[in-house]
Amino acid sequence: MAQMEIAEASRRNGHVKDPPPAAERRSLVRSVLETVADQVQLRIPRADLDERDPDFIRERLPLLWLLATIWFRGEVRGLGNIPDDGPVLMVGNHSGGNMTPDTLILTLAFSAYFGVERPFYQLAHNLVLSMPWLSDLRRFGTVAASPANARRALEAGAALLVYPGGDYEVHRPSSQANRIDFDERKGFIRLALAQHVPLVPVVSIGGQETALFLTRGEGLARLLRLDRMFRLKVLPISLALPWIVNIGDMLGHVPLPAKITVEVLPPIDLEAEFGPDPDVDEVYEHVTRLMQQTLDALAEERRLPVIG
Amino acid sequence: MRVAAGARIAAPIETVWEIASDPSRALNFMSGVTRWEVASDPPTGLGARYRMLMRIGSAEVGGLIEIVEWRPPHDFAWHSVTGLDQRGRLRLRRGAGGRTRAEFRLAYGVAGSGLSGWIAEHVAAPSVQRHLGRSLTQLGRLAEQEHRRTRAARGSAVRT
Repeated sequence: MAQMEIAEASRRNGHVKDPPPAAERRSLVRSVLETVADQVQLRIPRADLDERDPDFIRERLPLLWLLATIWFRGEVRGLGNIPDDGPVLMVGNHSGGNMTPDTLILTLAFSAYFGVERPFYQLAHNLVLSMPWLSDLRRFGTVAASPANARRALEAGAALLVYPGGDYEVHRPSSQANRIDFDERKGFIRLALAQHVPLVPVVSIGGQETALFLTRGEGLARLLRLDRMFRLKVLPISLALPWIVNIGDMLGHVPLPAKITVEVLPPIDLEAEFGPDPDVDEVYEHVTRLMQQTLDALAEERRLPVIG
Repeated sequence: MRVAAGARIAAPIETVWEIASDPSRALNFMSGVTRWEVASDPPTGLGARYRMLMRIGSAEVGGLIEIVEWRPPHDFAWHSVTGLDQRGRLRLRRGAGGRTRAEFRLAYGVAGSGLSGWIAEHVAAPSVQRHLGRSLTQLGRLAEQEHRRTRAARGSAVRT
């Protein structure tokens, strides 16, 4: 009691400052986060398709091949389904947290099969491209995910790989590993229709076995306003090497050597199959159902997690 | 990296050459090769181009190749135009008793890929070697079968 009185007297005399009120603290945190968000936005490179460097890709293919062959025992089927030339929109399910081994394996397979001379771009989250240690991705043909960039790539006659599920799908819990979940994002269909390009579904399995994904942490992301500042809907929590408990996966992780299998499905000509003015919802249902069936078939082939 | 495989085939060199130099039959004997498409006119001979792919590990590697040496029925050699750097050669020589000595050579790599390229070439070598060996075995079987068929046809023609 006496201590409380002394403390009160000290505060009155100005020896001890009052702690900032809760509202003030929150606004301080908010302004720091907003400054970081602004910096991140500034760091996002303008998508320049010319940054793709075929010689650079070619020289990195042996490294990708070693990783894909020895670590992930990657297997890609049906590459012949991708039209030999011209623009094409490849739509994949995304797995493996921020390490995305499925992209690595598909990039290797595509570049080896069609040659690095064929323009091939991949859309990625802004945050991925703003990380300094991932700047080489731009030389691989990775550009920030936006409708304008996607349009530019297809207009240039390139093959474009998109993952509609993005950060939402890539961090889904391991219990939903074999589920296609694009979070109802249908922009890829409007893009294919507007550009009159074939849509090629690409289904992969195994990526979600490279760590134990516990939760997307959507509530946490909302609480920290990550969705508004960084376009991040999730703040995932997983058990992964070397962090053990991995929150956010911003620094990546060492993926477990899970066997990755990728299957490329036959191209879909949307206008030929659904008429000149297709219903986007109907096409979405069709594409995701087709991909889910393929994923189910791939899952049936697997005997054990990681081992494949 | 350079790998090679050799075989003795119990068929005349002309028969072996006829099969080996026909691009439409390449997939019948080339082990691991998933694509061998003619990309030029004429389809054979010096300057002919093919788009070829061979499955090695996690990828189908290869690219556009061009015939740079054509000496029937002894040698043909190719260089890569795009894709993996490669130089290949099928070398046929007459052996004793109407047989054929065949050798398949392939030098490959990716210029500028540094240490990872060196490691990848060595890791891939056993697979490539196996494919070359199997290709020659399968080429030998096709040629020997063809030779037996020709001999049998000739024999029945004499009898009639």
